[in-house]
Amino acid sequence: MAERKVTWGPRDKHTLIGKSIQRIDGVEKASGFAKYTNDINPPGTLFCKLLVCKHGKARIKKLNVEAAKKVPGVHGVYLFKNEGDTCNWDGDIVAAVAAERSQVAQDGVRAIEVVFEELKHFVDEDDLAAATAFKETVETDGKKEEVSRAKDLVDRTVGDPDAALKAAEVVHEGYYGINTISHMCLEPHGSHAHWQTGEGPKLVVHHSTQNVSGTGGQFATKFGLDAADVRIICNYIGGGFGSKFAADEWGWAAAQLAKETGRPVRLMLDRATELKTPGTRPSGYAKVTIGAKKDGTITVWKSHHWGTDGPQGGTIDGNQMPYVFDFENKVVKSTGIKTDCGPNRAWRAPHHPQLCVVTDCAIDDLAAKLKMDSKEVFLKNIKQLDKVAAQNSDLYVAEINRAAELMDWKAKWHPHGEGGKGSVKRGLGLAINRWGGGAVKGTCMVKVHPDGGAEVFLGSQDLGTGTRTVIAQVLAETFGLALNKVKVNLGSNAYPAANPSGGSITVGSVTGSTRRAASEALWKISDLVAEKYKVAADSIEAGDGKLWSGGKAVCTWQEACRLLDNRALEVMGESPVKDGLTSVLVGGCQMADVSVDTDTGIIRIHKMVAVQDCGTIINEMTAKSQIYGGVIMGIASALSEERIMDNTTGRYINADLDTYRLPRIGDIGEIVIDLWQPDSEYNRGVVGLGEPPVIPTAAAIANAVANATGVRVPVLPMTPKRVLDALKGARA
Amino acid sequence: MNPFEYARPTTEAEAIDFLNDHGGQTAVLSGGTDLMNLLKRDVVQPQRVVDIKHVSSMNGIQRVDDGVLIGANVTLDQALAAHELVEYQSLLQVIDGHRSIQMQGMGTLVGDLCQMPSCWYFRNGYGLLALKDGASLVEQGDNRYHAIFGNSGPAKFVSASRFAPGFIAWEAKVRVIGPQPTQEEFVPLEYFFATPKTNTQGVTILKPGQLVTHVWLPIAKPTMKSAAYEVLESNGLDRPQAAASVCLNVQSDIVREARIVLGHVAPTPWIAHEAARALVGHKVTEDTVSHVADIAVSRATPLSMNDYKVQMTRAAVKRALLRAVDQLDPELV
Repeated sequence: MAERKVTWGPRDKHTLIGKSIQRIDGVEKASGFAKYTNDINPPGTLFCKLLVCKHGKARIKKLNVEAAKKVPGVHGVYLFKNEGDTCNWDGDIVAAVAAERSQVAQDGVRAIEVVFEELKHFVDEDDLAAATAFKETVETDGKKEEVSRAKDLVDRTVGDPDAALKAAEVVHEGYYGINTISHMCLEPHGSHAHWQTGEGPKLVVHHSTQNVSGTGGQFATKFGLDAADVRIICNYIGGGFGSKFAADEWGWAAAQLAKETGRPVRLMLDRATELKTPGTRPSGYAKVTIGAKKDGTITVWKSHHWGTDGPQGGTIDGNQMPYVFDFENKVVKSTGIKTDCGPNRAWRAPHHPQLCVVTDCAIDDLAAKLKMDSKEVFLKNIKQLDKVAAQNSDLYVAEINRAAELMDWKAKWHPHGEGGKGSVKRGLGLAINRWGGGAVKGTCMVKVHPDGGAEVFLGSQDLGTGTRTVIAQVLAETFGLALNKVKVNLGSNAYPAANPSGGSITVGSVTGSTRRAASEALWKISDLVAEKYKVAADSIEAGDGKLWSGGKAVCTWQEACRLLDNRALEVMGESPVKDGLTSVLVGGCQMADVSVDTDTGIIRIHKMVAVQDCGTIINEMTAKSQIYGGVIMGIASALSEERIMDNTTGRYINADLDTYRLPRIGDIGEIVIDLWQPDSEYNRGVVGLGEPPVIPTAAAIANAVANATGVRVPVLPMTPKRVLDALKGARA
Repeated sequence: MNPFEYARPTTEAEAIDFLNDHGGQTAVLSGGTDLMNLLKRDVVQPQRVVDIKHVSSMNGIQRVDDGVLIGANVTLDQALAAHELVEYQSLLQVIDGHRSIQMQGMGTLVGDLCQMPSCWYFRNGYGLLALKDGASLVEQGDNRYHAIFGNSGPAKFVSASRFAPGFIAWEAKVRVIGPQPTQEEFVPLEYFFATPKTNTQGVTILKPGQLVTHVWLPIAKPTMKSAAYEVLESNGLDRPQAAASVCLNVQSDIVREARIVLGHVAPTPWIAHEAARALVGHKVTEDTVSHVADIAVSRATPLSMNDYKVQMTRAAVKRALLRAVDQLDPELV
């Protein structure tokens, strides 16, 4: 018998894989039948409200919750902190109150007697001098030490930058920055927990998580349970973006309150706390010097950047600067600033969007200085890539040229600052990205019932991006069935352990394991069919609800499954690693066409072009959705989205959906997506697409603004204030 | 949200009655688009909320002998569709600028006149004047959205009303009733707003037990031309960072009378008297509006972070004037 190998098979034979297919759970979601953690509401559920710190930094001088416990309808109080503890940022959680209704819980919160002693805070994330000057006494091992809030992290020199700078025919110096943003999950972080007796797990937690298989243990350890006693369920999630991998103390609080009260408890963070506490994306501000030849070839890169990720004292990753590009001579320094702001968590493509802004804006300014077309300067340097991206240099050239075609770059291009005579100026910009997106380990179980029913079980999750749908496509394609004849079961840790959804690893992991298990199941069924119908097992193919051999239908799928002799067939599948089903590493290019109203400072997006490779595409529609979402998030951080810390109060003063500004549908312009998918891409296997499309958007827009006006708006988001300030500064 | 009583009067007298209880610690509810936010954040804590939606005399728009009366329950949507208001272009433009369907459907014009500032210190619980240990948080803090006029006193927020500049330019009045059952007064809108000196003073002249039932607009003469220009960052729910409304009496292309009112630049709507006077006797051209806009902002006193608003306001004045005489580039609308 010929060797049986799991592959994606010939591209042109697919009826489902690679097609544009609507999400199979779309109707449930649109109609409200889909239950998110925030919707779990069995009878008896208690609801929580939080007491949080409303100072930059404060010590809890007094904390007495007795009065709260006596409020009629309040059943329990969980303390995150105790008297004497320090709250380290505005929004740091002190206590949760569980009550019959959320309004009663709020009454409970109000009844808590709490006195804060304000401590000196530091939240100024872009002022390196102030951070260096801000000293405080820290005691370690009995030794007292004066410590500054600024700490040098990376200081790396390659080649001979000073000599290269001296020899450079042109030198550009610039300043760039991008502010901290929050994840702004529409469904906040939170859990619904209940304890049960009798059969089954003791603790059942509906948890809004990107990590269904990996969270149970964190609850088990906390409560002295076996992991087998904890059930984690997350069928739908309203956004995570990298911030929802842990049980989190508020998850434990829900479980603890449920234990104490004997009632189910739901604890979801309120909007302000959601923005302040469960993670942000670090800021970065950089001074950059580039030396180059007159033809645009960059010969030396020097940068020093700083910024904050909150209490950890980090900033964007200095080891990846410059981004995508790399140069023979370089000096890269980074300085982290420890601030009394909320902590950071992975944010969709951690570090990459910020690195891209610093690198690609500096290169664009070099083009302006040389009076060259920005695209030509990017192409001129496309052989100078970092080790990871270098594997893709031909791809970048192809993608940049394709994007230029879709943007009509050649016709629209004008030198920087020549964006028109009136007050509204128009311009173009581009930026490029890279990402990994390889699959990780995980398992699934494919089950085929004797009546032909087919389903798959796996402890993964659908972030809303279409994970259920792509799994169903693969299962149905492999068995030759219609999409609605297969069932996907995910969102529970009762199922075989699967990947967390972060790092753009999901689609490769889940479709790889499903393809493997389903292929093996098909082979087993084929063996039975071969024996019964006297055809060669390795000639059997599935399609159109039947099994075929040599172009002739042998039997229907149901007839084949009946051969299973009344016992369902179960096959485990491992996520593939380096087996051809999946791959890793993508490039990508985005271009922006914007106009800038130089009288009001308002920027309008006319058109974005995103050209992106991602290996084998399982579902063109959901792949495009990922890119739409990424581009829109990129537009947000380019134009309006930022955490605003008030230096005086130390507070996050725009932590609401009113002043934390996100774009509306009328703000995003036309988004043109080109999925880069020649056969060479199809043949390399599935690569995740969650993160790459969010990376280059902001830099491309910033460069388009600079092209339109001839003035660099140095710090993103480019609010009307920053645009007008930059224009005024340039005139002065 | 603190517990409160809910009252639902059906007559104006009843409404006044309900508002007078609890020492006037009461709030008026119509659309609720601002009040609900304030209640949820505990920024206001009335003991009673008086829902006026069932007071039928405050519904609808009616022509009266000397103008038009708009009831306190009239929503933005209703106003946009009302044939009585087609001549008041500046007001319709502001309705159109509310690019939120929810706000258009729920929000009322009178509610807009009475809404509280959006100052983030105020909304985060630091009081209307945002003082901490006697010092202004606004002055030393993040004042990017704060006042560039009328900000020498303790109040540095900007008036949140989007319709007040337009109404004032039209010389509108508000009908205020209470606190006595039969008390009724028509107050020129330009005198309705107040700059508080303490946290407990409000942003209008309304006393406890009083409410606005209607806003009155004079008859629009055929030679009157009006327009508004709001500098809006987003195509969705948003508030202007600067705005101007103008009302011009133009005869044979010459401006005979002019009123220019700025919004979102001062603790109250800000009347640019000098600028308006400079326009009288002239044609509205790119040159004259440029000159007039410069005058309108010449006395601005920006805070540490909001110098940009001076330029924005200048642009708003220019564009509102050009828009009034149909000379504004349609791309800029």
